[in-house]
Formats: sequence, C-alpha cells, structure tokens
Amino acid sequence: MEKPVKILIAKPGLDGHDRGAKVIAQALRDAGMEVIYSGLHKTVEQILEMAIEEDVQVIGLSIMTGAHIPITKKVIEKMRERGIEDKLVFVGGVIPAKDIPVLMEMGVAGVFPGGVSLRETIKAIKEKVSVR
Amino acid sequence: MAVARYIKDEKDQILDVILESGIHVKPVYTPKDLDRIGFDYEKDLADPGNYPYTRGIHPLGYRSRAWTTRQYTGFGTPEETNERFKLMIAHGQTGLNVAFDLPTQMGYDSDHPMAEGEVGRVGMAVDTLRDFEIAFKDIRMDKIGVGLTINAVATIILAMYQAVAEKYGFDAKTISATPQNDILKEMIGRGAWIFPVEPAIKLVGDTIEYSMSVMPRTNPVSVCGYHIRESGATPAQEIAYAILIANAYIDNVLSRGHDIDAFVGRFSFNLNVFGNMWEQIAKFRAARKLWARNLKERYNVKNPQNLFLRGLFGGGGYGLTKAQPENNIMRGAYYALVAALSGAQTTALCSYDEAYTIPTPRSAILSLRTLQLLMDEMGLRDTVDPLAGSYFIETLTKEMEKKIEEEMEKIIEYGGIVKAVSSGYIQRLVAKQAYEIEKGLESGELLKVGVNIYTDNEGAMEVELHEYNYASAEKQIKALKEVKRERSEREVVRTLRELEDAVKKDKNVMPYLVECCKAYATLGEMTDVFRQVYGEFREPPLF
Repeated sequence: MEKPVKILIAKPGLDGHDRGAKVIAQALRDAGMEVIYSGLHKTVEQILEMAIEEDVQVIGLSIMTGAHIPITKKVIEKMRERGIEDKLVFVGGVIPAKDIPVLMEMGVAGVFPGGVSLRETIKAIKEKVSVR
Repeated sequence: MAVARYIKDEKDQILDVILESGIHVKPVYTPKDLDRIGFDYEKDLADPGNYPYTRGIHPLGYRSRAWTTRQYTGFGTPEETNERFKLMIAHGQTGLNVAFDLPTQMGYDSDHPMAEGEVGRVGMAVDTLRDFEIAFKDIRMDKIGVGLTINAVATIILAMYQAVAEKYGFDAKTISATPQNDILKEMIGRGAWIFPVEPAIKLVGDTIEYSMSVMPRTNPVSVCGYHIRESGATPAQEIAYAILIANAYIDNVLSRGHDIDAFVGRFSFNLNVFGNMWEQIAKFRAARKLWARNLKERYNVKNPQNLFLRGLFGGGGYGLTKAQPENNIMRGAYYALVAALSGAQTTALCSYDEAYTIPTPRSAILSLRTLQLLMDEMGLRDTVDPLAGSYFIETLTKEMEKKIEEEMEKIIEYGGIVKAVSSGYIQRLVAKQAYEIEKGLESGELLKVGVNIYTDNEGAMEVELHEYNYASAEKQIKALKEVKRERSEREVVRTLRELEDAVKKDKNVMPYLVECCKAYATLGEMTDVFRQVYGEFREPPLF
C-alpha cells in the first residue's frame, strides 16, 4: 500500500476566516490524505514547527486578507533557513490572478484562488506529491 | 451558496424542494395550509408594532422612517478612513460602520511583529485615541449612529469612542455606537477571538452594564447570526444560536443584579440575507416573534419596546461568487429586496467585488445606491410587511419558527450554548455542513450561476483591485511612535495599573479603559493587561 500523503492545512497570521480551510481539510481527508489542521492565528514559526513535528510532506496555507505575498515569502524563506524546502507549499484564499505568477516564482507548488473546485485541488496536490 | 435541494424528474420538472433548514416546499399553498398549521392572526402575527412583532416592530414601518444604510467602511490610516466616511455620507448614507484592521481586532499595536503586513489592510488601523480623533473629525457623533465592527477588544474601542466624543464636545449620553461585541459568534465563525469564553462573556456584560447609565443611546451588543451562517449554519441554526448567545449575555448582566428592562432594549441583531429568498423572509419574521417570546416568557420583560428584535439584515457575502463578478450586483439587489420585504431596521450589502478585494469607492457607492433604489424608487416604503397573509409565507414562517425552536432545543439538550461553543460542537457541525454544501456544488446537486451552470466566463468584467498601501502602514507606525513620545508616561502607567487592578478584582473595566484611552495608552498595552490576567481561548479541534 502507498503511504498516504500527510498535509498541514494552516491559517497563518491574524485572519479568522476559516470556512475554506476547514472545508478543504475535510475534503483532503476524504481523499485519503492524513490531514493536520493548525487552527487560527498561527505565526509562520509555529506553522513550520508543526510541519516538522508532524513530518508532513505538504503545507497548505489559507490566506483571505490579501497578505498572501508577504506571508508566503516569509514561509519560503524560513523553510530554506530550516532546511525543509523539500516540503511542498500550496496557497489558497482570496488571491488575485496577477499574484499567482508572483507566488509561483517564490517556489510554491500551486495556488488555489476562490472558485477552484475541491476535485481540482485534490488532483493538483496528488500530482505534485507523486512527481516528488 | 446554493440555497435549496431540488428533486426533479427526467423532464426537469420539480418534484420536491427542500430548503436548507429542512422544510419541504409544496407546489401550491391554499387556505387549507393555514388551517393545518393552526394559523391565528392575533396570536401568530398581530398588526405591525404589536406583540409578537412578526410583522415588524413599528406600526408604520418604513413610512415613518426608511432603513438606515450602513456600508462596512474603513481601510488604511484614520485619515483615509475619515475621507471615505465623508464620501459615503455625502452620497446619502445614514449611518457608519467602521471596519478595523486585523491587528486592531486582535489587540496588537501597529508596530507589533504579529501586525506585520496587516496594518490598515482589511480596515482602519487604530493604536491610540489620536487615531479616533482623526477618523471622527467633523463627524456629527450626536447625530449619526456608528457601528464598530469589533469584538474581542470591544470594551477598549467603545471606551475610545466615548473618549473621542467627549474630546469633541459631545455628551456621552447623546452618542449612539453599535459595537459588534458578540464574542461567542467569533468562536464559531470569523475567528477574531482572544480571551477564553468566560472572561470574554464577562467583558460583553461590562459594556452592557456600563452603557445603561453612561451611554444610554448606545447599542452595546449586536448579536450576529450572520457569521455563524457564513460558516455553514442553516437559517434556522443562525437564529437559534443567535438567540441562545444573546441569552448568555443577558444572564451575565442579570447575575449582577440588574433589571432586564433596564438593558435588553438596546440589544440588536446582525443577520444574513443570502439564501433561498422565501426561507430568509420567513426566517426574519419568525426571528422577531421568537425573540419577543423568549424575552417575555423566559425573562419576564415588561416594557413592550424592549421586546423588539432590531436588526441589521444584510451582507450576503457567502452568496457572492468570484466567477462572473457582475452577477453579484444583481444578487445584491435581490438580497436587498429580501431585507426590505423582511422589515430590516438597518442594512448593508457586500459589494460585488469582495471576492477579489476591499471595495473600491465605486463599488461601495453602487451597493449604497442599490439600497436607496428600493426605498426611493421601487415602493418598498409604501406599506408594512407586504407579504403578510400569503398562504405560503405564513405557513413557512410558522414552519421556520418550529425549526428554530428545534435547533435551540438541541443545544440546550447538549448542555447549553457556552458548552457547545467551548467544546467545538457547533464549530464542527457547521464546518461539516459547509463541506456538504461544497460537495453538493461539485456534484451539481446544488446550482450556482456562473459556478456550475451558465459558466461561460467570456467577456466577464475586470475587477478593479484596491491596492494595499505599504506607505500607510509605515505612516501609522510613525504616528504611533510620535504619540508615545508626546504622552505622559506617568499617566499611562498609572491608568494601566488601575485597569489591571480592576481586571483582577473583577470590576467593570469600562471606566478604567476610558481613563487609559484619555492618557493615550495604546490598544496593545490595554489588551496585554487582559491577556496577562485572562490568558487566551484554546480553539477546539476540528477533527
């Protein structure tokens, strides 16, 4: 049997809008992944701590405030510092189309702005993990 | 998002309609339905302005006064927000509703590491009284009601509002603030909580107790079914949980020995308009009736005016889509119609571009115009509760009433609202329902225009994005440093120490906070006093 994908769904920063994060967490779990949900108001450091401790392959960041660029940048930088850049990072939330290439350039594995279906999200995560 | 389940045959004929709250809609309603539900005009409706207020709280409804329009406004620095306030007022808006940035909502100063990247982003940044002095400059605080969308630190912001009013020469007795101040719903949805459940409820109680004597025109709590619904609750659950949450705040104030008639009349509600329109209209009518009955029968409220469910019915955020954004303009118009047909006292609409951005001035004014059109052009002020007597609406209102009561009963059986929120029972329930809705949209069982039907996006409009201004954040931090340099440290230390003492001794914190604000203590300094004594809420697990 293939080992299930282990993923951390994380809410970085002060934003408390968690409907999307909780929906995707349930969907990924139903798709056979092992899902850890961070809860709200986590610092980037706390999220990376969790990712290391739980030994996840994937980190999914849910950001609704518009601060996705500074937060993601910080996540990627700190991951390099800690030598865990092998983990895949996905970003979901209120993400304008023009910011998607900026995030991809930073090194994220995929971006899911509002409106992307659960099916597409699951498929994209599975594909990226299997390539790895 | 999608609003009802439709069972159809192979010819696309509808065989059954199941509303979110679980009610089946029949193809035709007749007087027999009213007989079946035991409809009694005097008992179930009564004339507008009469108990149980199903038809509305005023005898003349919008004839005596159109609704208050209160678009959610605020971003960047207090200067920028003040400018936007004045723009909205110049366009005929009759109330204000202040959006605060996340650091403010979470009790952090703009220079705190947790505030990085968020200063002034989703609302106005507030650090000290100086910011309120700028934001409310030239605003007639004795004339215009001001909603303050703040919860965990509502005590501090309300104290600051009093302090700025007094500074500008307005008597606290004349000002009318409506802090949102509903912390239990933050723990269910929206997530801007800080302190644990018990002290958080105590702080809500403090604002209610304090307003009674000091700011009698202020509405110290706006109970929000709205965000609970946005998180995945059904319309029946939205009302059920809102009433139970309101009761938790009432119980806190009653435990201090106050008479219910002295404060409950200032409660207000913030409820959601999105969904199947008939179900929402029935929901609002049933909610007015149940709230009045709850107060009369459970709490023995005597003054009829204190039985009113005064509501902001609006928003509709979850109903809006990113796909084909112009459709949201039409959705907003229908949502506004629902609010008007339901007798909202106050209203506000989510703007069509909110799935993309903070509303631009153009989109905010478009929402305001949508609301104004109904009142001034379409005849919604003509007569009160125009749908009353409809076989369908009256049957549905009665069925909604029953569904809401069932949902309340479930929570009471579980052990009450405080337990249901502390343990995460409600959070898990609404998250599961939210997931079921997404699955329904994906399978096509639930329909959403532009999302899973009529999805051709060609030629869809480009949404103009509100650009975050990094310079505003720097300016805000600089202004904070300046205030800190100019203020009397001794006064700050003294007032904060007195606040700490009051918190530890479980006194009403409001008068102490007003003193701290007047000494230009920062929001973060005041919040830290609470954090140290109370600790923080521990979020219950999702799985």
